[in-house]
Amino acid sequence: MRRRQTPSQTVGPFFAFGLTPGQYGYSALTGIADGTMAGPDTPGRRLRLEGRIFDAGGETVPDAMVEIWQADATGRYPDGRSNTGFAGFGRCGTGTDPEHRFVFETIRPGPLGDGQAPHLNVILFMRGMPRHAFTRVYFADEAEANASDPVLSTVPPERRSTLLAAPGSRDGVYLFDIHLRGERETVFFEP
Amino acid sequence: MSETSSRDLPGYAPFDPETQPDWVVHGYHSSVSRSPGRPAIPLVQTLSELTGPVYGHGAVQPLDHDLTQNGVTDGAPLGERIIVTGQVLDEDGRAQPDTLIEIWQCNSAGRYIHTADRHDAPIDPNFFGGGRCVTDGRGCYRFITIKPAAYPWGNHPNAWRPAHIHFSLFGPAFVTRLVTQSYFPGDPLLAHDPIYMGTPVPFRDLLVMDYDPEVTEEGFALGYRFDIVLRGRRATPLEG
Ligand SMILES: [Fe+3]
Repeated sequence: MRRRQTPSQTVGPFFAFGLTPGQYGYSALTGIADGTMAGPDTPGRRLRLEGRIFDAGGETVPDAMVEIWQADATGRYPDGRSNTGFAGFGRCGTGTDPEHRFVFETIRPGPLGDGQAPHLNVILFMRGMPRHAFTRVYFADEAEANASDPVLSTVPPERRSTLLAAPGSRDGVYLFDIHLRGERETVFFEP
Repeated sequence: MSETSSRDLPGYAPFDPETQPDWVVHGYHSSVSRSPGRPAIPLVQTLSELTGPVYGHGAVQPLDHDLTQNGVTDGAPLGERIIVTGQVLDEDGRAQPDTLIEIWQCNSAGRYIHTADRHDAPIDPNFFGGGRCVTDGRGCYRFITIKPAAYPWGNHPNAWRPAHIHFSLFGPAFVTRLVTQSYFPGDPLLAHDPIYMGTPVPFRDLLVMDYDPEVTEEGFALGYRFDIVLRGRRATPLEG
């Protein structure tokens, strides 16, 4: 029987104790994931992704949740069967950092082998957003791979830079701010 | 290199524009400043979208599904004990086994445990309000909890959210992710709630639980049924 999709509803302002309890200091529940996606033993190059989310008025959003899904260093998506300790999934709220940053400690994803440049898949949730938004993080220092990426090529050239994480001041640190609206509005996807 | 190519994996139907709310919802003020201004760019589903995080039965503790027990400090939580159960399906009616469901809610007085909740209603020291479970082989889930209450939210004068439980689901792929809210039948606040009303007219009922005497347990708890439908398969496979 054909069923209709359950409508999405906003995550609201109070998701933290349910979805990111550890990060926000709630101990009654153990979260399934947080911003620390990789440990010292995870194979691959370290990646620390930091960013803020700006609303239409240019204010940082203090109650958003960012989720990341990514391949491991060899370009393989974890399937739950291999036990490398890398789940490929991370979750971080913007409410525990004084500057409302999200921070992911992970590894650089490898190329998938299908022509796509290395990237992180991102879902964004927040109060005010009736359904979540998909975007991607590419790396500014992968110019060659990015140039032939089939997804980036569908993005108008003048907007592609909104999907590039820029190397920060320290090795392995990349900065990726998200702008919901305006001049620098981040590209969102509809997969 | 990955051993699986996107050709080996099913594609998923798009978000249903008839049941899904728009980015900007009439009367829901923060949706204006907090959602994208430009249309999303269609994305061919690649391996990145067709795979997804795996959280099976190992991700849950024995009491995670029982919110009347998992937050107890010195006694039972106050309020009306309820059972909320249902099946997770896709649009084609296929059961979705082994999928993680996370829920969160306020207590029977309308207060969230979240430290940012400023509503002047009491915290229940025996109720946390968060739980999760993984669907069984038939896609079914079951929570035991306390009926949440309405709470004020300041969106407009005298604005009260109807009682609701927040649901978060993964489904089989990154694109089947769903976060929603489930409401109680017959709640007079529904007609005044822009978040609920943001769903197009004939499909709002999909967000409302049914009271079910079959689920209700004698002398223990009222039972509600709430089925959840995720994106189905795409009719024609996409080029990988
Ligand atoms: Fe709520």
